[in-house]
Amino acid sequence: MNLFKLSFSYLRRRFLNTLLNILLLSFGIATIVVLLLFSYQMEENLYSNAEGVDAVVGAKGSPIQLILSGIFHIDSPTGNINLDEAKTLIRNPMVESAIPLALGDNYRGHRIVGTTKAYTEKYEAEIKAGQFWEHPFDVVLGADVAEMEGLSIGDTVMSSHGFAEEGMMHENSSMTVVGVLDDTGTVLDRLILTSVETMWGIHAPHGSSDEGENHSHVNEIEITDESYLSDANSGEQITALLIKYRNPLAAAQFPRFVNERTSMQAAAPAIEITRLLNLLGVGLDAIRMFAYVLILASVLGIFIALLNSMKERKYDLAIMRSLGGSRMKLFTNVLLEGLMISLAGGVLGMVLGHLAVELLGQSFTEARQFAVTGFVFIPGEGWIIALAAGIGLLSSVVPAIQAYRTDIAYTLSKT
Amino acid sequence: MILLQNCTHHYSRKTVVNLPDINLEDGGNLLVTGLSGSGKSTLLHILAGILNPTKGSYEINGTNLFSLSETQRDRFRGQHIGIVFQQMHLIQSLTIADNIHVARYMAGLTADQKKVKALCATLEIGDKLNSFPDELSQGQKQRVAIARAVVNDPVLLLADEPTSSLDDLRSESVIELLKKSAEISEASLIVSTHDSRVKKHFKNVLNLEGAEQKRVAV
Repeated sequence: MNLFKLSFSYLRRRFLNTLLNILLLSFGIATIVVLLLFSYQMEENLYSNAEGVDAVVGAKGSPIQLILSGIFHIDSPTGNINLDEAKTLIRNPMVESAIPLALGDNYRGHRIVGTTKAYTEKYEAEIKAGQFWEHPFDVVLGADVAEMEGLSIGDTVMSSHGFAEEGMMHENSSMTVVGVLDDTGTVLDRLILTSVETMWGIHAPHGSSDEGENHSHVNEIEITDESYLSDANSGEQITALLIKYRNPLAAAQFPRFVNERTSMQAAAPAIEITRLLNLLGVGLDAIRMFAYVLILASVLGIFIALLNSMKERKYDLAIMRSLGGSRMKLFTNVLLEGLMISLAGGVLGMVLGHLAVELLGQSFTEARQFAVTGFVFIPGEGWIIALAAGIGLLSSVVPAIQAYRTDIAYTLSKT
Repeated sequence: MILLQNCTHHYSRKTVVNLPDINLEDGGNLLVTGLSGSGKSTLLHILAGILNPTKGSYEINGTNLFSLSETQRDRFRGQHIGIVFQQMHLIQSLTIADNIHVARYMAGLTADQKKVKALCATLEIGDKLNSFPDELSQGQKQRVAIARAVVNDPVLLLADEPTSSLDDLRSESVIELLKKSAEISEASLIVSTHDSRVKKHFKNVLNLEGAEQKRVAV
């Protein structure tokens, strides 16, 4: 016999009520866990994908849209920019490096990105199999794309216009897989990468007669990180540039310069992501309030259940005192009951929360873009167990004080 | 040795209960009779150490109960005084075995499975160890209450109206059981009752009807 066993026996005695309170609390806790995990992973994902990019330059429009399409590949681009105009920015002394992005096509829903090797270097992605592209119409697959589509080196992919699977198929758009990238845990895993020249090749205006010739002509070009800047490509367009500044001072000057002096716009990911998270925050706050209401209800539930059980148990308490139990022992007994309910609710809530996030992450395509998983633990979760313990203590302290004050003689003489 | 001297208890200014002195040798038996309102309950609660008298002293084997702190007195009561209440007050959420174990636990004694089993076997409730109180008959519950009262080998065994709701036959056997249990534990036995059937089992009877200040030596 010990206090734990004694408290447990009372919980077992009113099993349904105990279960109800545990479930009520666990739903509240689970909601908070889901919110924590989601916002934490989303934030981390957003910031880590944007790491090393000080600004995204693209066509004028919504800066958030530019960031979403240029870095996370989830929205449509704002439009295209002229390569000639982009070149002046690449050579701007404030710019240390610039990675070109040419968007607009997909293969079965996976975005095809015309870029340079520097783009994979930014994410520290290594080639797992095969090699990088050396010619137009060579493509390198992100790890997820290769796995999902079952593609390997030498396979052919056909690009469709737009970003949806149903897009119109391009003619002369057959591309060859020459390499597959390692899993990086970034947006790269979901993309099909190729040279900027490939994208121009696909979209090149072509006469009906020399179509094949056109294709083979482009195929002969040797692709390097600089080759797309060649004067021969004057008049072509790209979608965006990922800019890294040479010094911090540029953060203040460069965007203003681009926005005021050119037909393009520059958006800073750090600022736009913060803005985006603030917008999302309103929705998250609403859900958080809902979670607090659930938790408050469970506090009341545990409190009322214990208070009622004190009435039924007044003789038990008096008997335990008469058997030699001290006031402190009875106090602890009741407190322990509250703690056991709340900790059970807390642990169950954590498990439910993690499972829910994992399920959401797997079933919800929007979430898959951000690779959300339920199998990570974040530091804030320690506080949830502390919160649960606090709830147990808060809701059982008044009933426990009642138990503490039990007057043996008075209670027993009132039979 | 149970020694109660010069005790009075004031419930309020008007309600004052004067209690008779009691001097009970080790292993002695005493029956306290009287109608309700005669101070029977007050006396029993004071003897049990759950009610603090306004005046007077109470010693069990040389320990003055009301000079102890409350926690010390709780512990002393748990270890040295066994009480069988009129309503058995078994703990409904615990099994029969645990209802008896809880007495040792609350008194701060170590668990003793063997003793609990042996005791239940003696009291013919050995097959009910894992049952819950609401599965037992009234008579069986009373045996559990007695087992709980004597499991810590008390110096003093108190029983409050143990026969009030029983027929003649049962009432006889309960009194026998209490006397036997007290004997095994070498405890003094004090039974309070208004049931006249019990009188024949006790040599020493203290009648509270107008018995204030009466001195009883046994």
